[in-house]
Amino acid sequence: MPVKESFTPKIVAFCCNWCSYAGADLAGSSRLSYPADVKIIRVPCSCRVNPMFLLRAFQKGADGVILCGCHPGDCHYSTGNYYARRRMTLLFSMLSYLGIEKERTRVEWVSAAEGARFASVMNDFVGTVQKLGPCRRLEDVRCKE
Amino acid sequence: MQRIKETLTHWLQSGQVDRVLGWKEGDMPGLREPAFFENAEELKSLCYDAFCGPNLSKFLIAAGEKDGVTAVVLKPCDSYSLNELIRENRVQRDRVKILAVPCEGNIDPRVFENRGVLSVSIEGDQLHLTTLYGEENEPLARCFLERCTVCRGGRHAVYDELLCPEAEETPQKGDRFEAVRELEEKSEEERYAFWQETFSRCIRCNACRNACPACNCRECVFDGAALDSRQKAAAVPFEESLFHIVRAYHVTGRCTDCGECSRVCPSHIPLHLLNRKMILDINTLYGPYQAGDSDKGRSPLTDYTPDDCEPNQGKGA
Ligand code: SF4
Ligand code: SF4
Repeated sequence: MPVKESFTPKIVAFCCNWCSYAGADLAGSSRLSYPADVKIIRVPCSCRVNPMFLLRAFQKGADGVILCGCHPGDCHYSTGNYYARRRMTLLFSMLSYLGIEKERTRVEWVSAAEGARFASVMNDFVGTVQKLGPCRRLEDVRCKE
Repeated sequence: MQRIKETLTHWLQSGQVDRVLGWKEGDMPGLREPAFFENAEELKSLCYDAFCGPNLSKFLIAAGEKDGVTAVVLKPCDSYSLNELIRENRVQRDRVKILAVPCEGNIDPRVFENRGVLSVSIEGDQLHLTTLYGEENEPLARCFLERCTVCRGGRHAVYDELLCPEAEETPQKGDRFEAVRELEEKSEEERYAFWQETFSRCIRCNACRNACPACNCRECVFDGAALDSRQKAAAVPFEESLFHIVRAYHVTGRCTDCGECSRVCPSHIPLHLLNRKMILDINTLYGPYQAGDSDKGRSPLTDYTPDDCEPNQGKGA
């Protein structure tokens, strides 16, 4: 699919309140830049994210969805991210089995101190999705303007 | 057959159980339907043969609302479903009495679908059909349900009485993951095209959900108004994908691969290809696991180890 120069992917980033959201905050206050089309949704823990959240994000027009949480072992609730890790592993594998590009979904662990890492993760993810072009395989045409 | 009725009649008459859950003749030739029997007289219409496809486990959730003990007749694969329901506390073990019966495979009603059948019977190695157009035969070996061609063996996961102890040793047949591996080998585009074509045949009758013993939420997301996803044919491909992803995902780690979903689908959608992909992933990533094997313990999605693989490197098809 030829990608138009002007395509900027819409990215939804689910960030856990305790680590990654704080990491995003640090990235902002350190004036590190990452694309403005990354829409952050704050969740209490990475394991709050139900597979339906991701599917709905794609339905509403996201081109890529990323889930960020505390590093394994550092979960504010001790074990939430371990459960999230298994859930997302199986969900991503199913999506890929159904033929949906696996580069459109990602999980990254970002701590509150890793503002720079947050920015670089987002830049990298946006770049990957940009190469793929708009998401067509999980879109709902009714939700497009 | 005689011994099944004798045992159940004895259980009923001696007051060990208050009702029996089994099968009786259905409305159409070659079909059997689940039924409750309350006394010895009613029990006369109980039947058990190769046409008894329906998995009875799920009906025990409803039976649990009544008082007393329910006796149930279970084939090997159905016993895993019940054991899983016991593990999830959906059925209380002491409220059921299980008669484990051997199974030599179930006939796939699709074999005689749309052929104007008046009666169906098994004669030797042939399935004999009397139709509007005359007498016909089908080689029996080609008439079994997909799930029976890859049977996991004769062992019952849970029972109170074994009708036929030697049948427990019946070995497994075939490789149930073969078709999944073949699909994994294909390219992303091919997989996408295959599933879109497959899902587009779905009429959203919800039969797969209703028949599935693992799909037993009191309120299903697909019945709620919030999603606008109540029973209706999908308006856009996204709705088809959404239904199938959520259905398969919700039974991940709890699906016993009993094959009911594929059996009941009127559109012949191979739902087992999706369920088994998840089972295969669990087996490879988190170690061999068979839902329903035990009535204790945690399912793979309610468990973890600190060194599980990362989602991005997961064996993405
Ligand atoms: S998903 Fe299908 S095979 Fe699995 S438990 Fe439900 S009905 Fe059985
Ligand atoms: S049984 Fe078949 S047609 Fe009906 S909802 Fe399930 S997949 Fe769709």
